[in-house]
Amino acid sequence: MTDHPVARLQSRGTRRWLKGHAALVYLFLYGPIAMLAVLSFNDSGLPTSWGGFSFRWYGELLRNPAILHSVANSLVVAFFVTLIATAGGTLLALGLEQGRPSTALDSFVMVPMIIPDIVLAIALLSFYTTLQFTLGLYSIVLSQSVFVMAFAAAVVRTRLRNFDRSILEASVDLGADGWTTFWRVTLPAILPGVIAAALLSFTLSIDDFVIAYFSAGAGRSSTTFPMQIYAMIRFGVTPTINAIATILVLVSVTLMLTAQRLAREAQP
Amino acid sequence: MTVRAGTIPVAAPADPRARERLLLLAGPLGWIALFLVVPCLLIGIYSLFERGTYGGIEWNFTFENFRRAADPLYFGILIKSLWIAGLATAIALLVGYPAAFLIATSPERWQKLLLVLAVLPFWTNYLIRSYAWIVILNREGAINNLLRGLGLTSEPLPLLYNEFAIVLGLVYAYLPFMILPLYAAISRLGADLIEASTDLGADGWRSFRRIILPLTLPGIAAGSIFVFVYSLGNFITPDLLGGGRTVMVGNLIYDQFLTARDWPFGAALAFILIGIMMGLLTLQAFLINRARRIGTYD
Amino acid sequence: MNRNKWLGVLVVVAIVAVGAFLLWPRPPAKIVISNWDGYMPAELLQNFTKETGIEAELAVHATNEEIMGKVTAGGGKGYDVLFVSSPFVEALAKQGLIAELDPGKIPNLANLYPEARALAYDPNNKYSVPYAWGTTGICYRSDLVSPAPTSWMELLRPADTHKGKVTMLATDRWLMAAGLKALGYSVNSTNPEEIAQAKALLIEAKQHLLAYDDTTFYSKLVSGEASMVQAWDGWCNYGIAENAAIKFVVPREGSDMWVDTMVVTAASGNRDGAMAFIDYVLRPEVHRWVAENILYKVPNQVAMEALDPALAQQYPNIAISPAELMALEQLRDLGDAQKTYTQTVTEITASQ
Repeated sequence: MTDHPVARLQSRGTRRWLKGHAALVYLFLYGPIAMLAVLSFNDSGLPTSWGGFSFRWYGELLRNPAILHSVANSLVVAFFVTLIATAGGTLLALGLEQGRPSTALDSFVMVPMIIPDIVLAIALLSFYTTLQFTLGLYSIVLSQSVFVMAFAAAVVRTRLRNFDRSILEASVDLGADGWTTFWRVTLPAILPGVIAAALLSFTLSIDDFVIAYFSAGAGRSSTTFPMQIYAMIRFGVTPTINAIATILVLVSVTLMLTAQRLAREAQP
Repeated sequence: MTVRAGTIPVAAPADPRARERLLLLAGPLGWIALFLVVPCLLIGIYSLFERGTYGGIEWNFTFENFRRAADPLYFGILIKSLWIAGLATAIALLVGYPAAFLIATSPERWQKLLLVLAVLPFWTNYLIRSYAWIVILNREGAINNLLRGLGLTSEPLPLLYNEFAIVLGLVYAYLPFMILPLYAAISRLGADLIEASTDLGADGWRSFRRIILPLTLPGIAAGSIFVFVYSLGNFITPDLLGGGRTVMVGNLIYDQFLTARDWPFGAALAFILIGIMMGLLTLQAFLINRARRIGTYD
Repeated sequence: MNRNKWLGVLVVVAIVAVGAFLLWPRPPAKIVISNWDGYMPAELLQNFTKETGIEAELAVHATNEEIMGKVTAGGGKGYDVLFVSSPFVEALAKQGLIAELDPGKIPNLANLYPEARALAYDPNNKYSVPYAWGTTGICYRSDLVSPAPTSWMELLRPADTHKGKVTMLATDRWLMAAGLKALGYSVNSTNPEEIAQAKALLIEAKQHLLAYDDTTFYSKLVSGEASMVQAWDGWCNYGIAENAAIKFVVPREGSDMWVDTMVVTAASGNRDGAMAFIDYVLRPEVHRWVAENILYKVPNQVAMEALDPALAQQYPNIAISPAELMALEQLRDLGDAQKTYTQTVTEITASQ
């Protein structure tokens, strides 16, 4: 039996309708991105006319030091956010899944995920200003880690739910101490979840514009990639953006596939 | 070697689980408290004082900022934002539910792929995805060119820089946030439950309305809260796709902090958004608690 | 087991150390300059460093308000030189956020037009040095709009064919300036009655607007999305560069005169370096290069006199003389009335 039980309930007509609808949804999701990808190879750079196939915009991208610099900044920030958020998120997930479920605590942990980014951003800006912090890349890391951590915890928790706790007790019964149990039993069991959480953390950090923008210090040394993109978009239709979009899609597809493979291999 | 308490699952005497739990949670909850709760309380304090002529805070206590938020101009903007966010949420739900349903009820092999495909666009930059719509919708853009090319229109349609474009942009940006929790809720439905309902002779539509819909309510609530609250606070989409012609509460907050330099008023507006968010979270917690009581949520 | 644990601790310590090193803001060994994106030749900073040995880094801001917000929030820490428009110089000075300049360290001030040494918002360049100046008017496609517009009213109440093809600036002072000037009032008016009339007019104008746009109006003209936009003279030139049918006009009701200036933050850790930068920009060959690059008029007499005359032919507004500019109305800081402007603009943009 491959079909989900619910699927059997549906008449063939409903099923067909659902499929058609889903096809449109995927078209809606991918159409715009596909269009940018095609345009990125258009020499004229305009959506209105095809000027021939070219790598011109990719070349311009690579020659633009401001973009490259901002990408490097984003990678540094994302690396540390991923570390902090994955570690914190895993602890959070372990703690929350232990003992009786608490709806109040669950809701509290949702706040960092759900709070509108502009609200968190200005709250943090006020906070840093009051403390007279000099802002820089590090303040972006501190700020992003808050909301990214909550997302990471959510991902690890899904994994923890499907995990048989009795093996933990068995491990303790066999005389293993806490560290051993964690490294040898718990972590391997939830590793796919942790990897997925790390990946999501990385993506969220790279994608975040609003919180980074308000937490960033002066100058190019704390300009991240989305801040650079925002500046470019505000100055109008810039064909280099198409090339950036295409590269981003390729990178994220690769990351996603790698993550899935890693998760599968990590499965005990 | 001795075991330090505070390390992960360890059997120690005297209510070990509670202590362990506390130790696990102390770090991350402390982080959230320091970088989220304290800053939010801080803007709560700011919102109760006056602004200086050139920005900054004058430490004179006042409710003026909240009173001002209630004046018709700003209240109107709040209502408009609620309306746009509500519309985006409703459309995302209507579009996302059947898609999530199809994914969750597909053969397992397909499920993973379809889910990944639904989430993947969210992995490219949000700004770039908005930019794509500028290219598509503008007067000389892809759609207008296509329509004119086919001879369907002679004058370009005004697709960009209006509320239509804003709602479209919001739905596009946040659809994955709707599909994911819905997928989780639908795939959680027990087979026996569904079969029980068919055995009772319920037809497809009725079993959907009577059983599936109520049981997936927590998923609907979670997805809707995400889309609604994110849309409500968004200021980039009104700016890029709305052409600055529609002001939403997110723009207003942004302006108070970066343009008007009226931090107390901006803080008051932000605090109102926090209030709306807390209200919705409470509502969601209520729904989940109810689902837990009847045993359909773990 | 024990070894594993120490290894773990070591890894964490190493990561924290590397993180602190990579992420911590460095002491200001170089000067940080915040300017509008693309408002300065890309190689200017490199050349400056090459000539003076002072390291410099560029930060960009999209609007005056944005840099103003950041500087007010952080006290200006991290920035040394700011590029801001004239009314903002007054506001920054009143808050003590910018430093008084030392004319002895900026000998090239002598290259400026006499008019640029005696501007009302900052006589004798106590706090600021003008970088570029100009006015605001209507930038239009002469092949689509005929006869040529001569009045603000043609932008605010466009003919039917141009409805939905007009953009206006969104920043408070310039949006209000169009409304106030169209009615014959001062761009610095603080009279509530005049402001209310301008507001009504601008709300009416919004019905026919394609968008509010501070940055991409010229590309909307080039693509044909818009046929008439409110624009700064220099920025209209970017459109002219791509389509010769684009023209600029100062409406007959008059307009504002704005000055974009360079100021040194009070928080600057290297004021001498900051002033050396300002002095460098004022060198005739540098400032001329700036003008040719950004296509704005610069207030540097020696530089302007050396400018290639072909430039003024292609971009006629470059030929507007300092005297003609001075005949327009200088934008001033409004003090407390700024709140009224901000609120009025919010009311306009939020209106239906």
